[in-house]
Amino acid sequence: MRGIWIAALLFGCQTVLATGSVHEYQLDNGLKLIVKEDHRAPVVVSQVWYRVGASYEHDGITGISHVLEHMMFKGTKNHAPGEFSRIISENGGSQNAFTSDDYTAYFQRLEKSRLPVSFELEADRMRNLELTEEEFRKEIKVVMEERRMRTDDKPTSYTYEQFNATAFTSSSYRIPVIGWMNDLENMELADLQEWYERWYAPNNAIVVVVGDVEAEDVLALATQYFGPLKPEKINPPKPRVEPDQEGPRKLTVRQPAEVPYLVVGYKVPVLKTAAEDWEPYALDVLAGILDGGDSARLARELVRGSQVASSTGASYDLYDRQPSLFLFDGTPSNSHSIDDLQQALLEQIARLQDEPVTDEELGRVKAQVVASNIYEQDSVFYQGMKIGQLESVGLDWQLEDQYVNRINAVTAEQVQAVARKYLVENRRTIAMLDPLPIEPGNKSRRPRQGDGHAL
Amino acid sequence: MHSRLVAIVAAMLAWLAGTGVLHAAPGIQHWQTDKGTGVYFVPAPELPMVDIRILFAAGSAHDNGQPGLANLTNGLLDEGAAGLSANDIADQLEGLGANLSTGALRDSAWVSLRSLSYPTHLEPAVDLMSKVISEADFNQRDFERERERKLVALRLSEQQPSSIADYRFFEAVYGDHPYAARPIGTAESLQEISLEDVRTYYQKYYVAHNAIIAIVGDVDRKGAERLADRLTEKLRAGKAAARTPVVPPLEEAAEQRIHHPSKQTTVRIGAPGMRRGDPDYFPLYVGNHILGGGGLVSRLFIEVRDKRGLSYGVNSYFVPMAQDGPYTFGLQTRNDQVDEALDVMRSILKEFHDKGPTDAELTAAKKNITGGFPLRIDSNSKIAEYIGMIGFYNLPLDYLDTFNDRIMAVSREQITDAFQRRVHPDKMMTIIVGGDAENGSSE
Repeated sequence: MRGIWIAALLFGCQTVLATGSVHEYQLDNGLKLIVKEDHRAPVVVSQVWYRVGASYEHDGITGISHVLEHMMFKGTKNHAPGEFSRIISENGGSQNAFTSDDYTAYFQRLEKSRLPVSFELEADRMRNLELTEEEFRKEIKVVMEERRMRTDDKPTSYTYEQFNATAFTSSSYRIPVIGWMNDLENMELADLQEWYERWYAPNNAIVVVVGDVEAEDVLALATQYFGPLKPEKINPPKPRVEPDQEGPRKLTVRQPAEVPYLVVGYKVPVLKTAAEDWEPYALDVLAGILDGGDSARLARELVRGSQVASSTGASYDLYDRQPSLFLFDGTPSNSHSIDDLQQALLEQIARLQDEPVTDEELGRVKAQVVASNIYEQDSVFYQGMKIGQLESVGLDWQLEDQYVNRINAVTAEQVQAVARKYLVENRRTIAMLDPLPIEPGNKSRRPRQGDGHAL
Repeated sequence: MHSRLVAIVAAMLAWLAGTGVLHAAPGIQHWQTDKGTGVYFVPAPELPMVDIRILFAAGSAHDNGQPGLANLTNGLLDEGAAGLSANDIADQLEGLGANLSTGALRDSAWVSLRSLSYPTHLEPAVDLMSKVISEADFNQRDFERERERKLVALRLSEQQPSSIADYRFFEAVYGDHPYAARPIGTAESLQEISLEDVRTYYQKYYVAHNAIIAIVGDVDRKGAERLADRLTEKLRAGKAAARTPVVPPLEEAAEQRIHHPSKQTTVRIGAPGMRRGDPDYFPLYVGNHILGGGGLVSRLFIEVRDKRGLSYGVNSYFVPMAQDGPYTFGLQTRNDQVDEALDVMRSILKEFHDKGPTDAELTAAKKNITGGFPLRIDSNSKIAEYIGMIGFYNLPLDYLDTFNDRIMAVSREQITDAFQRRVHPDKMMTIIVGGDAENGSSE
């Protein structure tokens, strides 16, 4: 019988929570289901999130979560390679998958009546993946091509990868999601089998459904398809806490490129790890003060004002799973050097430490947060993303509902306080891309079809 | 900044390849403003927000021999208008929580606004948008700065093999046609543009008779009419841009190899394809969906990636434009296997061209396209994109309502016939950008 019941006894009732149109359930096998009803259009997005990503990896097998994500399309005991994609396609669906530091997620977008198609296939590959040497040998080549395209041949991405591996010493955030090329070259099928068995289980997964559905119907479907799956004992990754950084770090990357590029990062806490839980929100506001649109300081002061930067930005993600980085990046204008840009960014930081931000600036950041909260509801996919990202790092999805209020509560003094506490030299890493010349050459000719020689 | 996400399939241009859609298409309301600008409106009261998009026939196809002029003009609109500085405009808009963006490609240039629908927010935001489109100031200092920034952006793109390949592809496929030029311009052409050129361009192309407006959101018909009138109130009437000339077909195959110090080689193969409203649109669209447009199940994806592991991204797509936009095949592969990848891609194209799809492939493609129709219009932003496209290219208002029927009506014979008449594998341009034989891996 497929009926593993909802965990009524364990949790007291089937519906653990129901805020607004969001419903949260847990099946007996530990699978978490979150349904957000959105009846604007007759569509549904179904996402399966696994608590595994590059930050769960260790040296020697980097990139394995992402390679496994590719292999999840390569057949199960019940479906031949390629069948998954064919079935979704014939049902009018679009699908994809993504891997990050903290999670691996799979999704389908479908007309609303096709949700069972997604559940049947996702439940199947959650436990029944068939990893074969033949498919692996081809797909690992695809991943290496992906690495060449995304990182090796993209000077800004390559610089960022080097930066990240320098900023972190023992934290697993040093691992690139795509993996080091040498680790990809030495990856074996057995590594993937082990990784799959270790992390792919209902009690390490969150299913998020958003769209024109009734939550109770989705629960019944989830029980039918995911309910029978066997849970695993999940051993959480070791903490690998980053030791205190005792001084600034700096690196230079030389690659063929046209334009210099600067990355600056400061080690900062995130919501999950902060001692004071207002701090991550203050850092988030700080990112908005610097880079919350064209009115923010970096565009106003560095792009339009002093014209030191051709482009520049700042970012921070308070929902990371582990302590992370507050990041700046930028490209100098033609009339300025990368050192000028670095100097200008550091001056902006000093100003944030020396004087409180103005009420007008705070007001603009908050107005944008309030409006974005409405705009985000235009996308069912994005609504699912928000829930999945929070839950996959072990945060409650309801934090998203509190977000606007928490941001609104941030004061100018708090912004100044986090700037003083965290944007300091001892927490800093700087990377510079120093372009080597590109020497272009051309060969034009009129070929016959297929007439070519190795480049 | 850097996304830490790595997706399995590049969703590259997937939506450009397609268009269409629907089973319960939104009713599009259409009228003209007092100034003579066409308005396309779909009410969407569910969320308290409004999307407004105004498109001008002011893309780089109208550069008139000054590559980069259309793009630079568009980028300067919100850098100063009606006496307000860039700082003033940004402060006011962002203080309302509104998002304003501008952009320009080959056919069109646009300004888009997303705002909360409360009158206290929407009305001042629309006033600012109106100033930006009809009262741009074009100060010397802003002009010089933005031109410098375009030059840096251009150089940044020239360090990416994919951008180099795209630039060269358009230049080679379109020759003397205005679609050949890069919308961003060249280092030389940007230097030659004067502030006066920008002002003249703006006066001529940012006019009521050269624009259409798309509105989607939480306003009623009366409210939408007021918004559109307000938006166009200060626009000069002007006249529509001259029609972009017809694109001549390629007479013969040619190939360019461009050295770039990269580990991968990027390939583009193609020729002029089709235009918006093309009589062969549906058979070509469905045919390409099977060949290289249908994502993870297309012939190209299965043969090049699934079976041989040659490339991460591989696809083919039509970009229908005012005149024949390109039909492009693309992939990237390790330098030492580019010839194998070229052979595979060309033989798949040739086989499809000669024999067309199978019945099973056609049935599967129709199921995907029609079954996925609701997904194409499931948000205000997607609907705004569609009705903007319908208005700009003057497609019938029932385009979306009839889309699925027209997909279902396509036969194997029509696809084969359309590919044989319109697609010529022996007269395609091939652009190859990449490094030398070393491949940077120890394999």
